[in-house]
Amino acid sequence: MKQFNFHEAKSVKEAVKFSSKNSAFLSGGQTLIPSMKLRLSSFSDIINIKNIKDLKGIKVSGKSVKIGAVAKHAEVASSKDVQKAIPALSSLAGGIGDMQVRNKGTLGGSIANNDPSACYPSACIALNAIIYTSNRKIEAKKFFKGMFETALKKDELVTAVEFSIPEKSSYVKIPNPASRYALVGVFLAKYKKDIICAVTGAQPVVYRSEEIEKALHNNFSPESLDDLNLVTEDMNADIHASADYRASLVVSAAQKAVAHCK
Amino acid sequence: MASMIGSKVERKEDKKFLTGKGRYTADINLHNQLHAVFIRSPHARAEIKSIDTLKAKKASGVVDVLVGKDMQDDKIGGLIAGWKIVSKDGTDMKCPAHPPLATDSVNYVGDHIGLVVAETLQEAKDAADLVKVDYRVLKAVASTAEAMNSDVIHDGIEKNLCFDWELGDKAKTDEAFSNADKVVKMDILNNRLVPNAMEPRASIGDYNSSSEELTLYTTSQNPHLSRLVMSAFNAVHPEHKFRVIAPDVGGGFGSKIYPYSEDVIIAWAAKKLQRPVKWVCERTESFLSDCHGRDHITKCSLALKKDGIVTGLKVDTIANLGGYASLFATVTPTYLYGPLVLGLYNIPTAYCNVKAVYTNTAPVDAYRGAGRPEATYLIERIMDKAAKELGMDRADFRKKNFIRQFPHQQCLVHNIDSGDYDAHFDKALNLADYTGFEKRKAESAAKGKLRGIGFSTYIEACGIAPSAAVMSLGAGVGLWESAEIRFNPTGNVSVFTGTHSHGQSHDTTFAQIVADKLGVLMENIELVHGDTDKGPFGMGTYGSRSLAVGGTAIAKACDKIIEKGKAVAAKMLEANVDEIEFKDGEFIVPNTNKKKTIGEIAFACYLPGTYGEIKSPLPEGMEPGLKETAFYDPVNFSFPAGSHICEVEVDPATGETKVDTYTCVDDFGNLINPMIVEGQIHGGLAQGIGQALYENAYYDETGQLVTASYMDYCMPRADNFPEFRIDYTCTPATSNPLGVKGCGEAGAIASPPAVMNAVVDAIGTEVTMPATAQKVWKALKEKSKSAKKAA
Repeated sequence: MKQFNFHEAKSVKEAVKFSSKNSAFLSGGQTLIPSMKLRLSSFSDIINIKNIKDLKGIKVSGKSVKIGAVAKHAEVASSKDVQKAIPALSSLAGGIGDMQVRNKGTLGGSIANNDPSACYPSACIALNAIIYTSNRKIEAKKFFKGMFETALKKDELVTAVEFSIPEKSSYVKIPNPASRYALVGVFLAKYKKDIICAVTGAQPVVYRSEEIEKALHNNFSPESLDDLNLVTEDMNADIHASADYRASLVVSAAQKAVAHCK
Repeated sequence: MASMIGSKVERKEDKKFLTGKGRYTADINLHNQLHAVFIRSPHARAEIKSIDTLKAKKASGVVDVLVGKDMQDDKIGGLIAGWKIVSKDGTDMKCPAHPPLATDSVNYVGDHIGLVVAETLQEAKDAADLVKVDYRVLKAVASTAEAMNSDVIHDGIEKNLCFDWELGDKAKTDEAFSNADKVVKMDILNNRLVPNAMEPRASIGDYNSSSEELTLYTTSQNPHLSRLVMSAFNAVHPEHKFRVIAPDVGGGFGSKIYPYSEDVIIAWAAKKLQRPVKWVCERTESFLSDCHGRDHITKCSLALKKDGIVTGLKVDTIANLGGYASLFATVTPTYLYGPLVLGLYNIPTAYCNVKAVYTNTAPVDAYRGAGRPEATYLIERIMDKAAKELGMDRADFRKKNFIRQFPHQQCLVHNIDSGDYDAHFDKALNLADYTGFEKRKAESAAKGKLRGIGFSTYIEACGIAPSAAVMSLGAGVGLWESAEIRFNPTGNVSVFTGTHSHGQSHDTTFAQIVADKLGVLMENIELVHGDTDKGPFGMGTYGSRSLAVGGTAIAKACDKIIEKGKAVAAKMLEANVDEIEFKDGEFIVPNTNKKKTIGEIAFACYLPGTYGEIKSPLPEGMEPGLKETAFYDPVNFSFPAGSHICEVEVDPATGETKVDTYTCVDDFGNLINPMIVEGQIHGGLAQGIGQALYENAYYDETGQLVTASYMDYCMPRADNFPEFRIDYTCTPATSNPLGVKGCGEAGAIASPPAVMNAVVDAIGTEVTMPATAQKVWKALKEKSKSAKKAA
């Protein structure tokens, strides 16, 4: 790790003020710190945001669940309110990394990093999330731009995410056997008129699978996906999963998601 | 006093390790210590045109930047292969020069170019970025299969062939095959593994310029041998002024048996710079630079009679040695492998040919089981295939071919002293409820899952090793072991062993032997190991040898203590020495009330002539003190054996394999501490199941290690395993007085074929290790494609 200046921000305003071209916001640090330790990245300034009061807390209303950016995965997983409102969201949070990661890693950090294998982006897309930042609101579908790329500006900070509450939902992750990140993850949300199937891990960035959504519109059952062959050309391919295997896993995960949707 | 041997005594080590009080090399910090970082090759194969260290040398905090030329100038020798193998044409194996720091060329990613030494680790790392190495990158030889048809890596070593070795009677085996009713052939791939000890390697060199003593703290399974090699071959420092300390070591699995380039370089650097130099390996550095394990490609065939009797075996293996021949690299795929390919079957003739090749990958050396897992994997896989092709029950077919008479001289090398293979196999079949398998298979099918059952039986040659035998086969040293029992005047005991505990619980197991032998309480016995300045020379820990060889040395030293004690007791009790009996820590004169405890005897031995009515307690001419040394050279290997049965359930949609049940019944001879044995089995199974389903060190065609971190190298986790069903049978070893056989490697040896036979049984088609979900999914897809074609 190379040397840097450390700033303890007390407010969102102060955090933004500290930021510069070569700074990084530190939340749970579950990606930032390892990459700095491995010297894959270095910054002149690290701005600690995890003690900012305004970024904390979970609020559930009739229609939505609003979670502060520095809410840890373990908090989301164990929140009775979230479990009741959107059980799939709490189970997603409870399946990220291991206990140590969940006690450190945060929602804001996860979506700002936008790792193609992260779980949360799929929840944001499927649950029509609004992403609140230090200076605006962004719809989830406009937030995730590309691999490790978001709509955030350099000095912009995620402050909270507001998820809409669907009728039913479920999240199924098929983990990479080594890292246990999502090889593929499918977040399925069923609304009165709409079905959203958001897929993470399979392509460079989270996306909606129109093929799956269409098949489920006709018949919301695992069997309706039995003969579905997804297009493989945009699928990620690596030693753990070729494009055609990933495509097949998306269908398997979606079938399980339908079966467990509640 | 209740017998300690055979009881589940709580580990003496637990308190320290479970409360974070272990003292590992990285925990040690010396006054005035410098920190070192290695410059490593990013290329698999390249010529070094130049190394520019000027900028780095001027960087903040940097004390020196050392390169190969500096070592050459100081006449530091290269690394050696310690076991000479002779090719079938009578020529000696061919080993390239292996300088600790490369001078002309690099031969794998991670090969050593230089050492940056600075006041802080941060400064050393910053300066390392400033070292400029000009390489001429050459085409890498990364494939084991293609190595002999690729560019020559080392000048003068044609076809990249280190040796072309054979074992067995070729003519007789050919004849068996021509007379066979049936021949079964099989291609076998044994995947490459990274040992992944929990504690990465580390070294600290410390030179005392006034006494001219050099101390190296290092993560070694074998500090005495490391010192010997570094003194005799690397010429780092004379042995009598060189101390190697291996403090607490967090696992080795073979990868820490021998000194590495880093040990030689750090010891030399400390002496050169006259300040302590510390290096701690990072995890990815460890993936790149620790010796790897396995990596065989084998073609084998089995000759059979119609009734299922095996009449011959042929094995043709290419073994990858990596970029250089590491210390035990040449024995692993030969004498630790070839003789074991027979398994525990009565096969009248066999022929085994091994070609060991160099490639531009990390060196490959011993890894838990070392040769024996490779042998067991091939024989157990082909036995399964043969049974299926013959239409025989796989369990019956195995039983039909078991060795049943002991001692049994195998057709290759080993003379097996004892065993009862039906006993553990039958017990395992019962414990695994083999007869209920079809019912369980139907239940799995109802859930849309494919269930399979796999068997594996094995023998391993442990208790390494009888010196006469191994030295006649090319070993550079005999593999005996030493022990010293030192009674302190107050009656407690220090036990010195030349073995080394890095997870094997020697502190407890060896203390149990001493407690039983001498009648001393466990808490009054301290095991001392891992320091060449304490205790006699020893051969370290590997090859499931410590108990059978090192434990026996301890028992023998105890016998000498008792013998001396009897003489002293006789004098003190005014009896004849023949009359004295020793039991539960007391020397007694039977049928009298005359007795002395061993503590009293020890006290008397250290204070001769000081008390009581007897002027001196020591018989005339006897030396004072109570300390005995024993060196034990075993008369034979020991031959643990066992039967393992695995049941898996495969999800055809994702290809994922779940190990549903795992049963093992092992014959390790007598058990000293069954709880510790069980722990060893668990660890071995984790590594063996890991090899079968998850772990793979994968180099791409340019020689880059793709799986160089836990993001891509899949280590098994606890949730990958079921509750293991463990039981034992016992036929005591006749080759050592404790009747023990060794248990450290069995799990890793037996489990890969048990798992793979189960997977192949479940999916009905072949798949190579590791049987990852992706591979199984693809194999099932291929199978259904060809089934459709056929239809």
